[in-house]
Amino acid sequence: MSARSGSRRSRKITLNTLGVLVAVVTLFPIFWMVSTAFKPPTEIYSLTPQPLPLHPTWANFRNVLNGSVIGMPYWTFLRNSLFVTLSAVVVSSVVALLAAVAVARFRFRFRFRSTYLIMLLIVQMVPQQALVIALYLDFRKVNLLDSLIGLSLLYITFSLPVTIWMLRNFVAAVPRELEQAAAIDGAGPFQVFWKVLLPLVAPGLVTTSVFAFIFAWNEFIFALTFLGTDESKYTLPVYVTYFFGRGTTDWGAIMAASVLFTLPVMIFFLIVQRRLRTGLIAGAVKG
Amino acid sequence: MLSSAKQAGPASTPALVGPNGRWSHLPPSVRRLRRRASQRRLVPYMLLLPSAVAIGLMLVWPSIQLAIYSFQNYGLPQITGAEPTQYVGFSNFRQILTDPEFLSSARISVLFAVVAVPTTLVVGTLVGLLLNRLGRKMAAFVSTVALIAWAMPAVSASVMFVWLFQPDGGIVDWLLTKLPSWLDGGARWSGFSWTNAPLPAYTVIALLVVWQGFPFIAVSVLAGLKTMPGELLEAARVDGAGPWRGFWKVTFPILKPIFLVLLLLSVIWDVGIFTQAYIVTGELGNRDEYNLGIYVYDKAFSMPPAYGVASALAMVLTVVLLVVTAAYVRGMVRQGALS
Repeated sequence: MSARSGSRRSRKITLNTLGVLVAVVTLFPIFWMVSTAFKPPTEIYSLTPQPLPLHPTWANFRNVLNGSVIGMPYWTFLRNSLFVTLSAVVVSSVVALLAAVAVARFRFRFRFRSTYLIMLLIVQMVPQQALVIALYLDFRKVNLLDSLIGLSLLYITFSLPVTIWMLRNFVAAVPRELEQAAAIDGAGPFQVFWKVLLPLVAPGLVTTSVFAFIFAWNEFIFALTFLGTDESKYTLPVYVTYFFGRGTTDWGAIMAASVLFTLPVMIFFLIVQRRLRTGLIAGAVKG
Repeated sequence: MLSSAKQAGPASTPALVGPNGRWSHLPPSVRRLRRRASQRRLVPYMLLLPSAVAIGLMLVWPSIQLAIYSFQNYGLPQITGAEPTQYVGFSNFRQILTDPEFLSSARISVLFAVVAVPTTLVVGTLVGLLLNRLGRKMAAFVSTVALIAWAMPAVSASVMFVWLFQPDGGIVDWLLTKLPSWLDGGARWSGFSWTNAPLPAYTVIALLVVWQGFPFIAVSVLAGLKTMPGELLEAARVDGAGPWRGFWKVTFPILKPIFLVLLLLSVIWDVGIFTQAYIVTGELGNRDEYNLGIYVYDKAFSMPPAYGVASALAMVLTVVLLVVTAAYVRGMVRQGALS
């Protein structure tokens, strides 16, 4: 009996050790990035790297924020990134919700509904390296290159397929009887939408917003291509690679810039991660 | 009662009859009723309209254009209007197939996917199985930490890995010099450059992709495991099956649809991987380190731009991935995702 509980305890210890090991290995690169960002140059290029900075300094962050490394302050790019990301999140949530309600709640003729859903799955898989060519030429024709509005239009559209698919499940999960009861009580279609459906779908909207946020905040290839010539329009990912690609080997500044770029999306992610985990599951693998 | 009203279609769905009593003073004209019924039938299409327009303009139409450009001599003279755009048949495709750079980048892409996809799947599955065995708090902690890696921007993660693998000041080279020689450690790693040749560069990219990709696999596998009845594995264990056989005989067959979807998604993500490869191999210019993603991009956006050739190439990439996608869509439909 005691041998059995002993082996169970030792197995539990083994499992927990493995769990901690996975967490440590996963966190190590991030830890190293943050630690480097706080190191003065002498420690960064030291022949025996220290895990923690011996003389922690804000100098790298100061240099990034006031733009003394590449002549442009971080804030400009933060503003650009926030603009494209927030507009993508808000607009794509609204547009996707309309579509999700249509798909989950209404009848269509022929096989329109399933055709539409399959079309969403397929277009989502067209590689961006392919799309970027045709879209670049189109946007060039309509003068939407070097434009943050143009970029956010793309981000709105690109988040739609996933968002519609995920929201569809959330809308379908709302019992129809609730809406019908409200309607019988005299609520019009818009009231039913605002007072019944929307509050119940809100957690789903939070989940899909996180996806749209992470996508737009992190997106690189279109930002790189479409914001080519006007540096003041760069979003943060392009800014970080610009930093990196200018032959500066100021790794302290590069790491500080990446920390400042990563931080907002991490904060946002950690706030909603519990919801996200369930949403990720609902959206990724149904059933 | 309520469910029978639902079955009868939109005409009897009370939620869609206009605001209360608004029409009550009107005589019940049949024509008006019919018109309103047909308007109501339009409602779902109206709701789909904004998303359909956006997706049509910025996802479907560009894909069609790509197909058209791939048969044209679209380049710098055409975009400036100096020369007219002409159809050139399959010449773009011929040009690609005889280009040694295409063959080398296709080889890199395929080899990379062959290594990175299974590694990510195996690591992710192992972590998913581990999460399933851990206590609730520990599992929440580990999966949150893992998802931090997943949510990290590809650009930051790439820059971060380049720094880890830097010849001067990078921690990896330092650690390798400290390894005992029977583990292939030692002084030869001092100042080793990881980004100057395809093999070390794509080793770094593979590690990066596994690091960022395993959490999604782990969480998805965990979700699948949670839906599995526990008695099944218990029964297998009673019958004398160890964990290895238990996994292959019980867990794997049940989770097969999930694994299929994850496999296809990983292939699609890894074959033409752009951002990570672009940053780790040092942006454009190191032609021997191109994969298909960078090669297409280089053809289209390096001077002089060859949009026609790049489109042909993009078409090849898209068609290959669409075959994979077709399998993915079939898998989703089979799982009942459309119902």
